[in-house]
Amino acid sequence: MEQHKWEFIKKSLFRASSGLRPVAAAGLGLVLGLLITAALGESPLNILKILWEGAFGSWYSVGMTLAYGTPLLFSGLAVAIGMKAGLFNIGAEGQLTMGMVTATLVALRLEGAPPLLAQALIVAAALAGGAVWGLIPALFKITRGSHEVLTAIMLNFVAAGISSWVVLDLVRSTTTQNPESQPIDQHFLLKPFEAFEGAPVSAALVLGLLLCVLVWWVLKKTVLGYQVRAVGLGGGKAPSVAGISVPRMQCLAMAVAGGVAGLVAVGELLGTAGRFRLGFSPGYGFIGIPVALVAGSHPLGLVLTALLFGALQKGTLDLELETTTVTRDLALVIQALMIIAIASEAGWSPLVRFLRQKFLKAKDREADHGGH
Amino acid sequence: MGAIEGAGDAGFWLDFALSVLRMATPLMLAALGGVLSEKAGVVNLALEGQMLVGAFLAALFAHQVQLLPALGSFMGPAWVGWWAGGLAGMVLALILGFLTITCHAQQIVTGTGLNMLAMGLCPVLAFGIYGASGSTPSLDMGARLTWEPTLVALSLPLLLAAFFRWTKGGLWVKVAGENPLVLLSSGLSPAKVRYGAVLLSGLFAGWGGASLSLALSSSYSRDMTAGRGFIALAAVVLGRWHPLGAMAACLLFGATEAMQMRLQATAIFVPPALIQIFPYGVTLLVLALGVGRMKPPRALGQGLRL
Repeated sequence: MEQHKWEFIKKSLFRASSGLRPVAAAGLGLVLGLLITAALGESPLNILKILWEGAFGSWYSVGMTLAYGTPLLFSGLAVAIGMKAGLFNIGAEGQLTMGMVTATLVALRLEGAPPLLAQALIVAAALAGGAVWGLIPALFKITRGSHEVLTAIMLNFVAAGISSWVVLDLVRSTTTQNPESQPIDQHFLLKPFEAFEGAPVSAALVLGLLLCVLVWWVLKKTVLGYQVRAVGLGGGKAPSVAGISVPRMQCLAMAVAGGVAGLVAVGELLGTAGRFRLGFSPGYGFIGIPVALVAGSHPLGLVLTALLFGALQKGTLDLELETTTVTRDLALVIQALMIIAIASEAGWSPLVRFLRQKFLKAKDREADHGGH
Repeated sequence: MGAIEGAGDAGFWLDFALSVLRMATPLMLAALGGVLSEKAGVVNLALEGQMLVGAFLAALFAHQVQLLPALGSFMGPAWVGWWAGGLAGMVLALILGFLTITCHAQQIVTGTGLNMLAMGLCPVLAFGIYGASGSTPSLDMGARLTWEPTLVALSLPLLLAAFFRWTKGGLWVKVAGENPLVLLSSGLSPAKVRYGAVLLSGLFAGWGGASLSLALSSSYSRDMTAGRGFIALAAVVLGRWHPLGAMAACLLFGATEAMQMRLQATAIFVPPALIQIFPYGVTLLVLALGVGRMKPPRALGQGLRL
């Protein structure tokens, strides 16, 4: 009995540690990033302090961290949903751009409509725009066998082109010189929460959190979610043998992922800006990749990583202001190092597995001896 | 076309052809790198990043050497930059190779990470070294490269096509991308073949970047590759994984870029966004219509856990 308990404890410890591996890899990324700042002549401790204060120093800072984290909730979720279905969704950037395009166009047509109805329609438009853009790579994959990454990358650029055409040539602001659209009806805007001293934290954050829980529930508890995961895990023929249509699940997952990415528009259009500012996204769609990877594509773990990356985003903006050598690009370096550390995890996990087997086997032998 | 000043004139067309070649040069170099590595079975998604570090380090070295005339007399600063850019691309390719071939990391995720690394690291270093402008100082007009990168870009596809067609090494690369097991069973190492292809691929992409900062302009500036690495990837597909096909695709894309510059000077209005979309739109359209057979190497993207 004692033996069993001990085995159980050890096994669960191992399971927990394998969940922590991406986190360890992420930590490695942060440390390497700080070493780079050290090479540039900044004290890493000072950098850490500025990062911390920038992200959590006051209620306003916390609010900004949450505001930067909100789009990452959606884009991270979009990447994670793709992963669950075995697809690498590198197209979240294009999907959120198209969500923004459709949402803006709809919002501008609705001038003067009842706010609640208008908001619902705008959200629907954002969903639809993103979903269509997510569906296209899946369709290419199914009908033409083209790799979803290649088509999605191209679609990112097409979306960027379409958005600049729409904003600059169709609905350009007449009052400013900035490359942005006309403002939408002020009544549609979501009110920022007052606790954060003016930081643009709105109901979009709540929507993002709820969505994470919903996606987790669907994936974990429903037949549909099981089917999607089976396609992701099974790869080739296994799921279709079990009567699951692989193409249908892939299309569904990518459409949902795209729609979720499109919802970035809710925070931006209805929350922060009230208009389509070209270049509003510092690559939210791409940052969604490390957000999903560090969370191991777990929809609930994602909440933590999205907010962490929001903090990194806000913190590095302060770095740019407070140091003379470090720019906000450091955030990109750290995120990149995290992706690389996690991607190469497969390289060092055989070592971990080897040690683990050795450890467990020694214990098994002991248990055998105990039994005799 | 009539609205463009001087159209119909032989000089105009020669001028236009030369500018197409100039515009296509960085694309051709990077796309060749893409062809080589994909033929060997490794998706080099980091072409964009390799171009960017190539452009940055080429400009950095050329500028530093210009400050040291003693070194400059040994080899022109632009040539030092050219090799530095190529080597920088190779270093990034070495990381890609090590992670994907030796550590069995996923090629696409790793490539994405390396792209982000280059896009973050180049501005951070440029800012750290050259201050707020974030770009390198201009090279002297006379020190810049002019037609040399284009010559390299035009001859490499021919060399590579011949390499694939007639040499044993070319055959090994193709087999490494179609069925690495066969290579193994003939006593060769698919890993070594893939390493070779990926490293050369990085060299070419680095040169592509160097041609941007040494020939097309006189310095490195932030995000100067502007997605050219991804256009090169599209050219690989449109050129059906053949060096000459990729070259033709790059010439087409270069022509649209050159057209855009001509059109800006005239009254004909084409939304710039449309031109921006063109390379991707054409490639997607060709993929969608399924013109001809778009067949990537069979083991493309697969690791070497044989």
